[in-house]
Parts: sequence; structure tokens; C-alpha cells
Amino acid sequence: MRVLMFGWEFPPHIAGGLGTACYGIVKGLVENGVETIFVMPSASGDEDGSVATIINASDVPVMSVASSVDEFLDKVRFVRVGTNMIPYTNPDEFYELVEAEKKQREVSSDKIYGSKYRFSGKYGSNLLEEVARYAMVGGTIAVEHQDEFDVIHAHDWLTYLAGIAAKELTGKPLVVHVHATSFDRGSEDMIDSRVYSIEKRGMEAADKVIAVSDLTRNIVINKYGISPDKVVTVHNAVDFSGRENLQVERGVRDKVVTFLGRITFQKGPEYFIEAAAKVLKRTSGVRFVMAGSGDMMNRCIRHAARLGISDRFHFTGFLRGMDVQKMFALSDVYIMPSVSEPFGISPLEAMRSNVPSIISNQSGAAEVLKYAFKVDFWDVDAMADDIYALLNYPALADFAAKEGYEEVNRLKWNHAAAKMKKVYESVIK
Amino acid sequence: MKKSICLYFQVHQPTRLRLYRFFDIGKDSHYYDDFTDRTILHRIAQKCYLPMNQLLLDLIKKYGKDFKVTFSITGSALEQFDRYEPEVVRSFKELADTGQVEFLAETYYHSLASLANEGEFKHQVEKHVKAIEDHFGVTPKAFRNTELIYSDGIGKQVYGMGFKTMLTEGARHILGWKSPDFVYSNPVQPGLKLLLRNYQLSDDIAFRFSDQGWKDWPLTADKFLSWMKAADGEVINLFMDYETFGEHQKEASGIFDFMKALPGVVLADGSLEFTTPTLCARKHQSVGEIEVPDPISWADEERDVTAWLGNELQQDAFNKLYEQSEKLALLNNAVLWEDFGHLQESDHLYYMSTKFFSDGEVHSYFNPYNTPYEAFINYMNALSDFIIRIDDAVATFGQAPAAEEVKPAKKKKK
Repeated sequence: MRVLMFGWEFPPHIAGGLGTACYGIVKGLVENGVETIFVMPSASGDEDGSVATIINASDVPVMSVASSVDEFLDKVRFVRVGTNMIPYTNPDEFYELVEAEKKQREVSSDKIYGSKYRFSGKYGSNLLEEVARYAMVGGTIAVEHQDEFDVIHAHDWLTYLAGIAAKELTGKPLVVHVHATSFDRGSEDMIDSRVYSIEKRGMEAADKVIAVSDLTRNIVINKYGISPDKVVTVHNAVDFSGRENLQVERGVRDKVVTFLGRITFQKGPEYFIEAAAKVLKRTSGVRFVMAGSGDMMNRCIRHAARLGISDRFHFTGFLRGMDVQKMFALSDVYIMPSVSEPFGISPLEAMRSNVPSIISNQSGAAEVLKYAFKVDFWDVDAMADDIYALLNYPALADFAAKEGYEEVNRLKWNHAAAKMKKVYESVIK
Repeated sequence: MKKSICLYFQVHQPTRLRLYRFFDIGKDSHYYDDFTDRTILHRIAQKCYLPMNQLLLDLIKKYGKDFKVTFSITGSALEQFDRYEPEVVRSFKELADTGQVEFLAETYYHSLASLANEGEFKHQVEKHVKAIEDHFGVTPKAFRNTELIYSDGIGKQVYGMGFKTMLTEGARHILGWKSPDFVYSNPVQPGLKLLLRNYQLSDDIAFRFSDQGWKDWPLTADKFLSWMKAADGEVINLFMDYETFGEHQKEASGIFDFMKALPGVVLADGSLEFTTPTLCARKHQSVGEIEVPDPISWADEERDVTAWLGNELQQDAFNKLYEQSEKLALLNNAVLWEDFGHLQESDHLYYMSTKFFSDGEVHSYFNPYNTPYEAFINYMNALSDFIIRIDDAVATFGQAPAAEEVKPAKKKKK
């Protein structure tokens, strides 16, 4: 079986979790005997070509495609990007991207046909235009390779239009994969309607929709009006191959409770601060760390100061590379109090580093992690209880660390890919 | 009686914190950015301290007893001079040796101790007096608090330390219709005379001198003299940062030429004379008490302490810092006391100010951080490490008797 896959990024150059997930999926598919042609907007050449044939959309000139495809693309081609639709990048990087792109004004649209388009492949300010161009190039690639695949697989809204174009031009079945929805990026009244409509169109055009959790599956069904029998949950996994846990000498003897992620409303940072203040009322010898950056960071700093806990509540700013591993290695408890999290890979990373984790019921990860502590994001008392217990009862913490480590090592992309293969089989006529 | 002019210059350099990350807590207890301190000090020494000291020395040589100036130099600045630019200390010593220069007492660390803790305040003032004696061989008789912070209560404490003269801001909201150009006294301790800064005339030099959009630009010594003569009081207090000369107002603005010309113009006119705070308070009677229930300062439009304690970040940092006083008092640990002092420098709190929008220019000019949040995070990380060290020291301090109890137990086994 062969699949034409549309992604947005692929390791080693990734800004968010999507690239990592795609890599895991492709590797898992190989083990299940599925070959993949992986299309991405801007490949660098150092991607792992042993697991898939990588096609760089920037290398492919657009042909004048069938008018039906042209027509729907017309509607989106000139839509400019708004704020609040940057899916995975962090605010610092986003700012840099926007600044960089302001300097190099985009090419005019009449040059599209017969020419190559250099995609940035990032999540920058002319994202919607890139999405539209990607669809045209994607259609071209699908036609060129139409004898080489049986099914099309498109990851998240950025690639849905490409998936639809490929389906319309080749008649091959389409599977769209929902890693996140507009409802996970902003509160309900802040939804970007242009993104929402692309998401909806992709799900409607698809023969099957894969959701990363039951939580996301419910959103797909309820908020996008997709028929339940078309939507299948395949939980994410995580690939720890070749990774060794860091040994870091600790500077503080206090126990450390860590939040690591974007500091945005969706991640529930303020519930963590409230829980921290409750814990500090009952026990000393503990420090809280909020690692990351985001639009709520300054508000959180003020919040902690107002509660008078700033000497025990630390902010690290955005962590890169090894600092993330270092932070896990320094942690005794990990917490992800997300208000809405399609899946949430970070607790898996924490548990892999032997750190017991507390996660919100409003995360997809809660559906698969038996050995994580689960609370409702708003229940700061329960959160404080769990933190206190993990800090003060070593037997509990050791058990959670040991079992959690085993548990996340059992979550393999291989198994997830096997389920995806079944989905493919169900749509190939 | 001739009108008095008090020319007083504040000399301070903060001990800046390095980028101190969460990962450093408990591992590295050196909090300071020595390289930046040294670089900045070197620049200011070349542009301001050395040339301006020479200029003042020349004026004193030229006019003898008719020209006098006053300095207050913080302990933090003296430490940096000793370490990086000893030439600056020598040139201040030369000025001190003329006998025409008064040195004021203040808090050694340019701190807000007067707002936090009476014991710590006194300790720092004593430390500063000693440092001035050691460096310049003179004993300060008059007092200026950090940033000219003053209230009735602070004045009472200062009087209790033996000072009879104190400098503060001629803040409009405490003066009302009164003029800053007289000597006043503290209502609780009438023995404490107060000299109030004439902010109009002081800021004409310190802030507006090089502003070409100012209607009175360019400022000349003659013009300035006419303004001083027009003031209707007995005393004109010109208090400003010493870095005004050559650093805030660049040499090219003509600031040095202005200062060089001013004494000659004033003395030729003959209706004013140069004096220093102590002499001034001796010469002029208090015209009345002035009530200051809440602390004032010379900072910002509000002339209060909100530049350092105006938001919740600053308050939390300030409270956490001074909570350590009690534990520290148990310890006789010079290194900890020194870090406690440097962490008290008011500059750290100033960097956390969120008053960017009204007084942004001044705040951002002096601020090494991009945002108040960064300043706060960095400070709290360093403070957290400091607190750990204190707690450790207190813990071992408490264990000493316990360790002795173990010994007889061992003997029993024998």
C-alpha cells in the first residue's frame, strides 16, 4: 500500500509538534508495510529520506490545472493572514517570522502559473496564501505521481486544500488528520472563520477523518458537523528512540514542580499559579517553574507577585533544545493544566524522564495515560492535593514515575500506524 | 544677607545583576555583571568624573573660599571606583583636601532601607559615614537619603542618628504655596533643618540644558544668574546627579563651559554666595515646619516612591528581600551581609517599574532590561539563591549546640 502524504514540516527543521508527529507516523507506516511519498512546502534536503520519499513543493512548477480546482482556489488565493491563526509556533519566533517577511514582500499572484514558488514552510504572516499555493502545487504533484499511491493523507488545515486538490484531480480517496482545531487555538468567540472554513471543507471532502483523541473527535463531530461514523480516533504516540535521559546536577534541594509550554489561555497557566499558592501555604521546600513564553506570561508574573510567591515561583522564558531536557531532569512533578489540549505530548516527555505528571481531563493525553494524575483544569484544589501528595509521599511518586516510564515506552507509533493502515483500507475501493 | 547657593551632586553607580537564570539557583552565587559595571564606569569616569572633578578643582583654586560644592557618593559607587578606577577616588580626595567640599551621608547601598527597617537603615548610614571617612578623611555632618526620599518619620530617625541637616525634594504637593527657597524644619524634631531642592532651576541644568526645543535654549551663565536672582527666597538648592556633566548632557552641549563660567558670573554680581548644606543650615533660620506624612522623593512627576514600589512586582520583591533581615541578624557572615546590601540597591526595583508611559524616557535610559518583567524574574532568581544561602547558614547556626550533644553520647559507649 502506498500513501501520498501532505505535511507542513518534517524533522530536523520543526517549529512545532506537527513535524515530529508526521515523522513518527511515517516511520510507523514503514513498519506496517506502507510506503509514503511525503510532500512538504519547503524541504531542506537533510530530512530522513530512508522512511519516505520526500518531495519539496518549492521545486515543483505549477501547471495550469483543471478549472474546477482553479475555481475553489480562486476564493482563497488572496486572503491575507490575520492574527491568532499561527498554529504551533511560539510568539517569539512568530514575531521574528513576521518581521522577516515584512521585509521581503510577497510575489504578485499572476506569476503563479508555470513558475516555482519558494515556500517558507513556516507559520508566517502570509500563511493563507502559502496554503493556497501549496494546494496548487499539491495538485500538480498528485497528477505527476498518480500511479504511485493509493490514498491521500493530509495533516491539519494547512494541507487540507492540497489534499482536496489531489483528490479532485486523481480521484483517489482522501484521509484528513486532525491534530488540532481552531477551537484549541482560541476561545470560541475568537475563531478565525477563514481557517475554520478550510478545516470544515477538508473534513467534508475527506473519506475518513482521523482525530488524535476522543476529545478532538467530539469537536470534529459537534463543531464541524461531521458524521460520527466517518471520524476515527487514533491516539498519538511518541518516539524516544536514541534518547538518553540527562543527568543534571541540581542546584536547589527543594522539590521542583514544572509547567512547560506556551503561556497562553489554552494551557491554563493561571490554574497552576493558584494551585502553587495553595501548596505553598501547607508546605515549604518546593519551587514552581513556569517554562515557556506566550501572551499571558506578563499577566502570570503579576499574578504570582500579587499572591506573594515570587521567591518560590520562577519563570525561565522560552527554553530551547537541551534546556528542555534539563528542565525535565530538574523536575519532581510535571503539570499540564490545559483548558483544551487535542493531545499534549509534553507529559509523555516528562514521564519518559521519570517525572510523575498531573494532567487535565481536558487533554487527549488523559485518554491514554493511566499512570498520570488527572484533574479538571479548573479544580485547583485537586491539583494542589496531587502536587502535595507527590511531593510528600515518596512511595506514590516513585510508583508513578516507574509505571509512567513503562507506560509511555509502550505508546508506539507502530501501533498508531497500524490503525491508520486500517483506515486506509476502509477507504480504498 | 547674601542669598545662598547650594550646589550638590549625587554620585552613584548600581551593582548590576548578571543574567541569572533559574538553572543557576543553588549553583552559582555570584549575582553581578562585573564586566558591564566596569565598562560603564570606565566610560563615565572618562566623560564625567575625571574631567568634571578637574574643572571643579580649577574653580576652587581660582576662587578660593568663595566657591564651594557638595557631593554624596554611595558606597556602591566607591566600591566600583576602588576596584576599577582608583584614579577617580584620588581626584575626589584632592577635592576633599581643599576644604571647600562637603560630603554628605546617605545609605551605603543607595537603598530603600528607610522605608523598610529602621535598624538596617541605621546600619547602612553608619557604614557609609565610615566609608567616607576612610576614603576622604572627612566626617559627613548633613544627610541625604536615597533619591532624596523623606518623610516626617524618616527625618526623625535621621535626627536620631545625630544629623542636624537633611536634603530633600521641594515637592509641589507638600509645599503648596510655599517656596522651596527657604530653610524649613521637621515638625517632630524641629532641630532637623531641611533644605529643599529647587527642581525648576536644578532641572534647567540637569534635564533641559541641551534641549534645543526648549524656549530658553541655549542656557548661559548670565541667564541662569538672572533667574536665581529673581527667585524670592534665601537659598537656592541646585541638587542633581553628577553624571549630568558629560554623560546625560554631553560635552558638546557646552555643559562644561557653562559650569566653568557660572561661579565667575555669580561672584562678579555679588548678591549670591556659594555654600554647602551644613554652612547653609547654620546661616539661615528655619522659616517654619513642613509636614510630610507620606514619603516624597525627587523622582518622576509624582515625586513619591512609586518608581520603586509602585506595582505588585516591586512590592513582592521588596517584601521578600526585607523579610530576610531577621534571619541575617542572627548571622555574623560578612559575605551574606554584603550581598544583602547589593540586592537592596534601589536600582533593581527601579528596573521593574511599569511607569513607562509617563516618565518613560528617564526610566528606559537607565534600564538594562527590555521589560520590567525580565528585571523582576532575574532579580527574584538571584534573591531566591540568596535566601537559600541564608537559610543554610541559619540551619547550621542552629545545629551547633546539637552537634555538641552528640559527643557525650559517644563517651557513654566507651
